[in-house]
Amino acid sequence: MAVEDLVPTEYSAGFVTDIESETLPPGLDESVIRFISAKKGEPEWLTEWRLQAFAHWQKMQEPLWAHVKFEPIDYNAISYYSAPKSAADGPGSLAEVDPELLRTYEKLGIPLHEQEMLAGVVKERPDVAVDAVFDSVSIATTFRDKLAEAGVVFCPISEAVHSHPELVQKYLGSVVPQRDNFYAALNCAVFSDGSFVYIPPGVRCPMELSTYFRINEQNTGQFERTLIVADKGSYVSYLEGCTAPMRDENQLHAAVVELVALEDAEIKYSTVQNWYPGDKDGKGGIYNFVTKRGACLGDRSKISWTQVETGSAITWKYPSVVLRGADSVGEFYSVALTNNCQQADTGTKMIHIGPNTRSTIISKGISAGRSQNSYRGLVRTSPTASGARNYTQCDSLLIGPGCGAHTFPYIENRNTTAIIEHEASTSKVSDDQLFLCQQRGIDTEKAVSMIVNGFCKDVFRELPMEFAVEAGKLLEVSLEGAVG
Amino acid sequence: MSLLEVRNLEVDVDGKRILKGLNLTLEPGSVHAIMGPNGSGKSTLANVLAGKPGYDIVSGEVIFDGNVVNETEPEALAQAGLFLAFQYPVEIPGVSNMEFLKASLDNLHAARGDAQPNAVEFMKTVRSIAAELDLNPEFLKRGVNEGFSGGEKKRNEILQLLLLQPKLAVLDETDSGLDIDALQVVADGVNRFRSDTNTVLMITHYQRLLNYIVPDAVHVLADGVIVKSGGRELAEELEARGYAWLTN
Ligand SMILES: Nc1ncnc2c1ncn2[C@@H]1O[C@H](COP(=O)(O)OP(=O)(O)O)[C@@H](O)[C@H]1O
Ligand SMILES: [Mg+2]
Repeated sequence: MAVEDLVPTEYSAGFVTDIESETLPPGLDESVIRFISAKKGEPEWLTEWRLQAFAHWQKMQEPLWAHVKFEPIDYNAISYYSAPKSAADGPGSLAEVDPELLRTYEKLGIPLHEQEMLAGVVKERPDVAVDAVFDSVSIATTFRDKLAEAGVVFCPISEAVHSHPELVQKYLGSVVPQRDNFYAALNCAVFSDGSFVYIPPGVRCPMELSTYFRINEQNTGQFERTLIVADKGSYVSYLEGCTAPMRDENQLHAAVVELVALEDAEIKYSTVQNWYPGDKDGKGGIYNFVTKRGACLGDRSKISWTQVETGSAITWKYPSVVLRGADSVGEFYSVALTNNCQQADTGTKMIHIGPNTRSTIISKGISAGRSQNSYRGLVRTSPTASGARNYTQCDSLLIGPGCGAHTFPYIENRNTTAIIEHEASTSKVSDDQLFLCQQRGIDTEKAVSMIVNGFCKDVFRELPMEFAVEAGKLLEVSLEGAVG
Repeated sequence: MSLLEVRNLEVDVDGKRILKGLNLTLEPGSVHAIMGPNGSGKSTLANVLAGKPGYDIVSGEVIFDGNVVNETEPEALAQAGLFLAFQYPVEIPGVSNMEFLKASLDNLHAARGDAQPNAVEFMKTVRSIAAELDLNPEFLKRGVNEGFSGGEKKRNEILQLLLLQPKLAVLDETDSGLDIDALQVVADGVNRFRSDTNTVLMITHYQRLLNYIVPDAVHVLADGVIVKSGGRELAEELEARGYAWLTN
């Protein structure tokens, strides 16, 4: 270790609101929010909007109803702004990274320089990693040209605040209000960055939009904010996340994603969430407390969430759809896998307001090890939602005796013409199934992954092709050691 | 060299002695039948041969293809050429039959260091075997045994047998629950499998099957031991007289 590394370069106490500073010390108050807003050169309205959210947040409580357990979070121990990482923040080399994580990268066939990026390795003299960055920058540039031709806007939300202020101001917080919940309020106050997408009327986005190609992906931070607006008659498919487990210094992640679909528009949002789940005892994993919601504002609009959740120590996440437009459609397809000490409380809310609105929920929960996996779903039909229909299918698969699966369906039906169907099942990977596979030459680890993939088929079908293949592989790696 | 030799095999299940000193020798290319009353230990023998966990070999030896396999994992036994057609095939929902067959064949090939079968050739082979067994090709797309009728399940076992081409096929009551037509189809399949080297151990409760698949030898298993062995005519005697005269 070099001598300069031993000398603290930051103030260990005291508050710095100096605009030139690159990192804030831990703690949260109004001056921190003003600092973040100033740092991004935000307009007055947005600074005020953040401050208002902060005022709400201070009066709010963390939700306690989820079926998860964790030590209280000290919100004053978190630093709410940091510029690109300095060498002191991350591990200096892959040798300092959890060897389990490295093994996983190897299994997924991830090249070394990408492993370093994913594991957050910060090198004094970056070498190969530079190529990778250059690569993605050039890909992203061609990508942008093609999108611009179609009139599609796809940029960091911090940029959209300046380039498309009227859209951002109109829709930011329109789907997830500031006061929606504790974590969403916190996100409104301190959000770092994220994606903004606008698809003009009648445009079918010429390619799938992937966060992978977003230039500033490296530093969106723990309070990510995404806003997607699909104008009349448009279509977009958006992919979030990546199959490789991502390590992060920040334990708490509280993102907000808002989707808006106008008349006849369709948004397909697919996520592969694979944040670091912690070691075998759950130590060091990410808390993923996310608010995702879509509004089908226009008639015949459609929003579809597909998620594959395998990471995080704790997942708290309910991608939802508010069905306002007549004949609008909401879908939720989910695979949530927990192993070791992971805890997941995830599901959806389908809020039927418009007439003849339809929703489909297919949830597949897989629990292994000592993990706890809960499905929590709300289907609500309001008196205006005549002819509304919901179909929910919620299946749990248990691997081994130490895990738990729980289902919490909530149905609030206020319309006598609505039809709501709910089916649920719990099954186990049985010894006889494993023996059949083994007897045909397939070892237990492969057998479990094959059985689990079969269980998830209805959801994988909904994923874009390349994601589906990777998702299968990801389950296999995540389940390693699940059967003794 | 014998393909299979079972010497003085004693096996406990849940602390209860089920096999009580069983002896059996199979030469390559032979077809033997094991008959016996319900609960005599036929499925136990089949499962032990296939290495199923939960069976405690207290004494004796199982020698397969020259190796003692008492402690061998089921997948290793399968890779060495042992196949078990299950009495009650289980379902694996969502895993298509085709996918399962491919995984099975790929793993067996990999274990032997052989090249992976070409996917197109593989599909052709599977379809033609399915046709021989009167199975609708649609059925290959369905989940393994998912919603299959009893007869379809048994024919599916024979399909796997014909595709995987093991050295030894242990058939556990493959005839039970089959009507005459299905029995003929299944028997034709097994007869096609027979060769100078391919060996069959056929477990059955009824001698009916032996009219279709003619065995070289018949053994009677009662209360965990082989109480009588003989030729084809032993089965007919059992049909006429039942098992009681042998077990008392
Ligand atoms: N898993 C088990 N646990 C306890 N007893 C068993 C188990 N499996 C089989 N048995 C007992 O072992 C004996 C032999 O069973 P089995 O081999 O299935 O007979 P068969 O196939 O000849 O009808 C029976 O008494 C049965 O009750
Ligand atoms: Mg039996």
